[in-house]
Amino acid sequence: MGFTAEDWMAISLTARLALTVTLLLLLIGTPIAWWLARSRSRWKGLIGAIVALPLVLPPSVLGFYLLLAMGPNGPIGQLTEALGLGTLPFTFWGLVIASIFYSMPFVVQPIQNAIEALGERPIEVAATLRAGPWDRFFTVVLPLARPGFVTAAILGFAHTVGEFGVILMIGGNIPGETRVVSVQIYDYVETLDYARAHWLAGAMLLFSFAVLLSLYLFRQRSSRAAIDFGG
Amino acid sequence: MKRLLLSLVLAGICLQVRAEVLTVAVASNFTAPMKDIAAAFEQRTGHRLRLAFGSSGKFYAQIRHGAPFQVFFSADTAKPKALEVAGLAVAGSRFTYAVGRLALWSADKHLVDGSSAVLAHGDYHKLALANPRLAPYGAAAVEVLRNLGLEQATKPRWVQGENIAQTCQYVASGNAELGFVALSQIQHEGRVERGSAWIVPAALYQPIRQDAVLLAGGENSPGARALLDFMRGEQARAIIESYGYLTGHGAP
Repeated sequence: MGFTAEDWMAISLTARLALTVTLLLLLIGTPIAWWLARSRSRWKGLIGAIVALPLVLPPSVLGFYLLLAMGPNGPIGQLTEALGLGTLPFTFWGLVIASIFYSMPFVVQPIQNAIEALGERPIEVAATLRAGPWDRFFTVVLPLARPGFVTAAILGFAHTVGEFGVILMIGGNIPGETRVVSVQIYDYVETLDYARAHWLAGAMLLFSFAVLLSLYLFRQRSSRAAIDFGG
Repeated sequence: MKRLLLSLVLAGICLQVRAEVLTVAVASNFTAPMKDIAAAFEQRTGHRLRLAFGSSGKFYAQIRHGAPFQVFFSADTAKPKALEVAGLAVAGSRFTYAVGRLALWSADKHLVDGSSAVLAHGDYHKLALANPRLAPYGAAAVEVLRNLGLEQATKPRWVQGENIAQTCQYVASGNAELGFVALSQIQHEGRVERGSAWIVPAALYQPIRQDAVLLAGGENSPGARALLDFMRGEQARAIIESYGYLTGHGAP
């Protein structure tokens, strides 16, 4: 049997979504992780808790609030309409924004833990050698905390691929735009087309397992034992 | 030995007379009327109902895998029939408890003028409908558009809800300016409560028949049979019709 044309469309859309979200999250998440790892601000607890919220919130709650916030009467929706972008639900970029919130802790926490594990010393030493802040980050922190970044990228990607509840809430099931693999599987199950569901679901299972296996092998091989998923 | 048998039989009779707790699967579009009906039924018979609301497709899969429901109120006719064929429902117990009606609805008071004109000429970006492959209301919506000759013209503006409840949410939150929803979702006590609507004429789509069936798990339960009987009675019918469904009386 194999995959249908619709399945391939969903697979490529999912890959595009996960790649976009992972890249953006590395850009957005790194400064947040840096700040969380090094700041002594009293806001640290608050920001840390907000970043971690999607770990415990049901996706339906997140999706429901995003639908309201991004709708024409919500704050994000009014902003995007004022900018001439229209509203975000039912669009690819709406999914990107939602996924950034949803996968944020999976990217921020490994990076934060890796930077915390480095401690102050390498950064201070670099500073005494007159390395500027950007130099310190790119030549000291980035190479030393590399396993943390790799973990973050893999987890962010895999978690976005596995996203379902939020997308179901705000996606509108548009082929090639918002119908990702998990939604396609759901459609098959709901229409009792269990054979097609098995194909996609089996592929998803293998993919997720392969990703996590490679992550664990990488962590094992990586000499730095200090990298952690975070709590 | 005789005495033992006799006491067993007596115990059996006592159990049958005693009030039961029934577990009932109900299609989510029927949530509101079912709650009212359950209250009336419990008061009348003393049986208690545990109601599970959800999509018919999920219930079907769960029942096939041994879910402990005694009665199933589906959103379509196909799933109860399939359960009967599979021997998981009691043959001959199926009947149509409600016929759903479709409405084109907007949260905007002025957008829909009681006709289909807005679909062809209106200023809207998104038209919400339930996924036609999953939900009978979605299939009916596509049929209406096809009969109006607007399927291709409106297709780029479709957004699909996973079920009719989500579709209604898309419209209620304003994310879709227009949507095909179940009349039962927007009508209470005989009138549309919010926004503007066009109640789609029955001639434009096949009737959305919703069938109930007694499941194998409820075969020996007088309470389950009583519930199905109650569903056919005047009191339940009045409740069902007040939510915008048709019943045996006015069904096409």
